[in-house]
Amino acid sequence: MPEAVLVSEITTVSAYYALPAAMVLGLLALLAAGLDGVLGVAGSGRGRLSGLTVPWREAARLMRQRDRRPVAADALLWRIGSRGLVPVALLMVTVVPLGRWTLFDSPIGVVWFNAMDVVVWALVWLAGWGPNAVQPLVGGYRFLAQAIGYELPLMFALVAPPIAAGSLRVADVSAAQDGLWFVVWMPVAFAVYCVGVVAFSVWGPLAVSVGPDLAGGVLAETSGVDRLLFLAGRYALLAAGAAFAVPMFLGGGAGPLLPDWAWVAVKAVIVLGGFVGVRRWLPAVRPDKFVEAAWIVLLPLAVAQDLVVAVVAVWRF
Amino acid sequence: MVTDLAFWTLAVVAVVAGAAVFIVNSMARATYALAVSFIAVGVVVLLLHQDYIGVVTILMMVMEMAVMAVYMVMYMGMNPALMPMSMVHSNRTALVVSVATFVVLGAGALLVPWPTRRGSPPADTTAALGEALMESKMLVMVVISPVMVATIVAGVVLAAGRGRYQRLGDNLDRIAVEDPQPGGIGR
Repeated sequence: MPEAVLVSEITTVSAYYALPAAMVLGLLALLAAGLDGVLGVAGSGRGRLSGLTVPWREAARLMRQRDRRPVAADALLWRIGSRGLVPVALLMVTVVPLGRWTLFDSPIGVVWFNAMDVVVWALVWLAGWGPNAVQPLVGGYRFLAQAIGYELPLMFALVAPPIAAGSLRVADVSAAQDGLWFVVWMPVAFAVYCVGVVAFSVWGPLAVSVGPDLAGGVLAETSGVDRLLFLAGRYALLAAGAAFAVPMFLGGGAGPLLPDWAWVAVKAVIVLGGFVGVRRWLPAVRPDKFVEAAWIVLLPLAVAQDLVVAVVAVWRF
Repeated sequence: MVTDLAFWTLAVVAVVAGAAVFIVNSMARATYALAVSFIAVGVVVLLLHQDYIGVVTILMMVMEMAVMAVYMVMYMGMNPALMPMSMVHSNRTALVVSVATFVVLGAGALLVPWPTRRGSPPADTTAALGEALMESKMLVMVVISPVMVATIVAGVVLAAGRGRYQRLGDNLDRIAVEDPQPGGIGR
């Protein structure tokens, strides 16, 4: 058994820093929403930068909107589903070190992130079940069908960096990339991870559970603040996924000139930009097609990647 | 102090959410009440510093409940689970069985002479637990794993409505496969 390679220097900050951390995640989510707005107005004749105001205008509109409530809706489950995505994203970033600081230096941070992304299964289905209406219900089932496809490849992709680092602690994984980022020698795991993040964020090509072909699917009946929180939660999940990719695959805070926390932020923003752009670059993927592709192509690829990483890890120690 | 408070709060949440499974009148609420109960148990395990077991309990149970809700609704057959329905049946038998189980387990918990702690917990309890479970029984684990995989594969093969002979013909030479639900690879 390889011992933990090196104990990384990491400071667990006081719980009061949860508030600034939440604000950083909020900023990232807002940035993602603004970027999507900018990409969205392209070709509409309006100025590019007017897209930056889209999230603000949409938020103002939804906050003033009256709640619609279908007959016999299960309000409790509906609210839990719609409002739960933002807290899940916040819980995800607690294990992401911003340079030397972290909120939650868990010895099993990688598993923690994985557990939080599984909670999204429950939330999206509940958001679809709650309104007691056909399209949202179908949307919720679509999401679970898709989740069956993306979750296992995502899990095996998340396994690769901890094998190489000999630790499930996120800070150790980050420190183990001294000199060579994991994205360089485990590109397949990184690619599969990105597919997983886009999928659990109900985003882009994998957002069919809220697709226009289903009149909005899970969101068909959701209005007002609940809708705002679900939409914000999608951006927050994308941002959390991008932030977690930095210590896992992109060398954490490593980089010249800038301090380590700034490099974490810069890398997270770049990955996040890619995630946001995917929505405009790729068409929607049907869940039934995606499941087979995920199990026949992505899963074996991810397992093969794990094998390569395991062989390298054993040989190196 | 804080740990004690958290433990007792979570213990109450786990029991109350467990009871709610039988009190609520909706399949979705019953399923997710059970999920809440399991999450509370998972956090209690976290309080015992078994980080891995605690978080994996939460991960597995949330995933399992999400899938179970689908199956519960699907298999409810005559009584459509999309409507409000009672979560209990065979009340008298169930009451007798549950009271008897409670008495046996409760008596066991109270009457067993629990050993006192020897030594102190190691720094990495996850690794220690793994070694305690696996180290001396590695051969058993190595033998059991392929048997379990073979069992799963055999179960799927037996349960599958359509195998490769239905898809590809008796000689497995059909070019265009006719699947009721075509997948994304186009095999």
